[in-house]
Amino acid sequence: MTKITEVPSPFCGIGSDDLTIQVDGVSITVTENGCAVNTPAFEQAITDISPRVDGKEVSLEEAVNKAAQILKKSNQPVVGGCATDVNGMRALMSLADRNGAVVDNMSFTAAKRNFLAMQDSGWMNTTLAEIKNRCDLFIVLGCDLEAFSPRFYERYLWNKESMFLDDTSARKVVYIGKAPSGKASTSPKKTKAQILECTDADLPEVVAVLRALIKGNPILVEKVGGIAVADLQVIADKLKVASYGVVTWAAGALNFSHAELTVQTICELVKDVNASGVRCSGFPLGGKEGDQTANQVCGWQTGYPARMRFSSDFPEYDPFLYDINHMFDKGEVDAFLWVQAFNTSAVPPQGGKIPTIVVARSGMVFKEEPEVFIPVGTPGIDHSGHAYRLDNVVAIRLKKLRDSGLPSTAEVLTAIEQALVI
Amino acid sequence: MLTKLTGGIVYDPANKVNGKQKDIYINDGRIVNKPRNAEFDKEYNIKGKIVMAGAIDLHTHIGGGKGNIARMLMPENHRIDAVAHTDIKRAGTGHAMPSTFITGYRYAEMGYTAAFEPAVLPINARQAHMEMGDVPMLDKGGYVMLGSDDYFLRMMTAKKDQQAINDYVAWTLRAAQGVGIKVVNPGGISAFKFNQRQLDLDEKNAHYNVTPRDILKSLATAVKELGISHPLHVHGSNLGVPGNIETTLDSIAGVDGLPMHLTHVQFHSYGTEGDFKFSSGAAQIAESINKNKNMSVDVGQIMFGQTITASGDNMRQYANHGFANPNKWVCMDIECDAGCGLVPFKYRDQNFVNALQWAIGLEIFLLVDDPWRIFLTTDHPNGAPFSSYPHLIRLLMDKSFRNDMLATIHPEAQKMTTLGAIDREYSMQEIAILTRAGAAKITGLVGRGALGKGDWADITVYTENTDREKMFEKPDYVFKDGEVVVKDGEVVKTVWGTTHVVRPEYDKSVEKDLKKYFDKYMTMKMGNFTISDDEITEDGRGSLTVHPTVGEKV
Repeated sequence: MTKITEVPSPFCGIGSDDLTIQVDGVSITVTENGCAVNTPAFEQAITDISPRVDGKEVSLEEAVNKAAQILKKSNQPVVGGCATDVNGMRALMSLADRNGAVVDNMSFTAAKRNFLAMQDSGWMNTTLAEIKNRCDLFIVLGCDLEAFSPRFYERYLWNKESMFLDDTSARKVVYIGKAPSGKASTSPKKTKAQILECTDADLPEVVAVLRALIKGNPILVEKVGGIAVADLQVIADKLKVASYGVVTWAAGALNFSHAELTVQTICELVKDVNASGVRCSGFPLGGKEGDQTANQVCGWQTGYPARMRFSSDFPEYDPFLYDINHMFDKGEVDAFLWVQAFNTSAVPPQGGKIPTIVVARSGMVFKEEPEVFIPVGTPGIDHSGHAYRLDNVVAIRLKKLRDSGLPSTAEVLTAIEQALVI
Repeated sequence: MLTKLTGGIVYDPANKVNGKQKDIYINDGRIVNKPRNAEFDKEYNIKGKIVMAGAIDLHTHIGGGKGNIARMLMPENHRIDAVAHTDIKRAGTGHAMPSTFITGYRYAEMGYTAAFEPAVLPINARQAHMEMGDVPMLDKGGYVMLGSDDYFLRMMTAKKDQQAINDYVAWTLRAAQGVGIKVVNPGGISAFKFNQRQLDLDEKNAHYNVTPRDILKSLATAVKELGISHPLHVHGSNLGVPGNIETTLDSIAGVDGLPMHLTHVQFHSYGTEGDFKFSSGAAQIAESINKNKNMSVDVGQIMFGQTITASGDNMRQYANHGFANPNKWVCMDIECDAGCGLVPFKYRDQNFVNALQWAIGLEIFLLVDDPWRIFLTTDHPNGAPFSSYPHLIRLLMDKSFRNDMLATIHPEAQKMTTLGAIDREYSMQEIAILTRAGAAKITGLVGRGALGKGDWADITVYTENTDREKMFEKPDYVFKDGEVVVKDGEVVKTVWGTTHVVRPEYDKSVEKDLKKYFDKYMTMKMGNFTISDDEITEDGRGSLTVHPTVGEKV
């Protein structure tokens, strides 16, 4: 039995790196600082250790060769998921470049809402340590933060000490849109968050009115989405006197048509507060299990975030056309590689009768057995690596915790690329 | 493997060789003396061609978070410059902020063999190294940014002694795997988080009660006392502000003769004269640089066209966001460590200010006397993409070309510059100093930027051409560590350079307070913050080269 401390997690997105873990052979127990997201993700047992072709156990070499055969024959291969560490993503990009594939991160449909807003008008954002030490007003727009990230409040708002706030428990928390599902947002002094509840459908209008109030534009109605405009005015006023207001949203939770316009309104609202003479920052939530890693690596290797293609031998970006689900619907795919090294429940979307290769965490259960399945180790458990935190600035160094003998994503994808060339 | 380069005209200022016909011998990646009775595995007949060491860019934003935001902010700017893969090259995109592979290929294809990222935020250093790890062809390294980080500012407020500051600086340099120390708008990035919108040299950070002048002095002293070869790399206060020439001159006076490198000094050399209250401070800056031998500068020349400015200076980037073209911009506060700002810019020759910025940069190049203390940069991508270097070299070497260009810019700007009256033309040897020997010397690189016995065989071979732009944009050969990697301006082999670092000693007990600080205020453990060597080397391509501190024996 080995005890390992200060273990960073690639699962929760907020870069918790204070976990204590007990390793017994290949079995893992989180003994300190676990949570509903991290503990099961670390503790999940290894089941498959052997690759399969058409459901039959084969050697790694055979599986790799079969995968290469499928990709080689393909006119339009796509690589989906893209949930792995930096080196895994590097190998994925290299393979896709050589193979002329589409690359599509599994969370891009959500992330697209942020990218479209950012690429159209930009934003002013902040990171976790600034929130932890400066934020005196925290506004959550349209998401249930603690369901997304159980330890967010504990780690970044109700921390005992901060550099610039005398009393962190005096921070104000406001929810607009969804109400919180639990009590994590209640301060250590039992002050509850202020909640202005509305439906997702009404959120765009509510956010637009909040922005108008910040700019001092007249609003003629008394209520918007069931929320009194006077209550929104109070929030606008609070933002304009806060030392360091932070407005957070989760693109994934804004699951309605043209949500990028709501993201844009949020980002512009933050700029308006800064233009009025006080500081304020946005904070996009999202990016677990390699989402940010995929966008970062794809970004520096191609200039574009992770929904792009190499089909013309050079990188092309289109946040709509290269959505693999859209491509499946249109019958545009003839080979499918799914990469998911973190989460066994994130099974590949059904592509119909398309030859499918799955490179995924051991234990994934399929409705329909793919042509090729290669179980790989999990970054941060079975091998070391790097993963990005949700705030995109900090890359964490993932540790190897056990010797499972499972290959890394990078090793498998590199082997497939080499087999392509032969 | 023994290689001979026969008959080239060699410009090797580090060894005082100025245009002499000379054979060069390479064995196992390094330059060797003429071997006795040796047979050569390979001989290159380069008779009459110009030979220099591989060029070194000491200030170029090629790796790190803000660069990647810059890339993703402007997809339209990549679409115009898509690059297909080949059998030996990866696909990617240009233009203002190229992808990592294209960055490496294009630098190498203009004869460069090393480039340094000048703004490595300690908390983002891992990303900087990972991005640079995907830049092929070049050696690389980073300057670690300090001066707006809360740990340092708390030390300043608490009046910790210089030794404690030195230990912290050296510890951070080691943790972030850097080769130098950078300061950006000293204390200003922090001040912006406290809602200060500007900060003069003697203005106090509202929370910490320290001034940029205090910070400059403290960090410049630390760099000197730790023996870090590269002087404190300073992006000064008030970037881009008309009248900032006074701030810049005061900053020079403020470090009391300590070594200091002022970067992209063009952006810090503005007066307030004339009808438009914007004028050139180039003559004053050049005079001060000429007089103060402790000083060095790189220019940060602007070129006309679309680019994006990417800076750690979010205070000034925020102030300039109104100029964003196209109108989109990003500012970030980062991890009680620093910040960043991305503002797309389109410099136009018919815009008075842009036109004069162009002229100011060239004036500085031509008025600073000592080529060992001035360096050729566009502050890529801030003044222009690095791919404009051959054009810039032509502007420096060819007076009539320069004057032709001058005649095309905004007429009022022409009246406000002395550029047309300056006769100086850079010589081949001076270009070799700016881009090779001098750059290697000031970054403390041992065995690079020079062609003497024992030096690494990073060599560029050009065909003489009176059109210097054509000459410098397409070398006949580039050798990296003794191997031909570029032929006729095209990459023929992908190689991976080393990462240069420097590691001054420090008192390990510095970690006691740091650990407490990380546990209390930061969002990661101190042990997880430090970048281990294997993070750079484990992919089998990367390597680390540790350079000596000043006075340390090699």
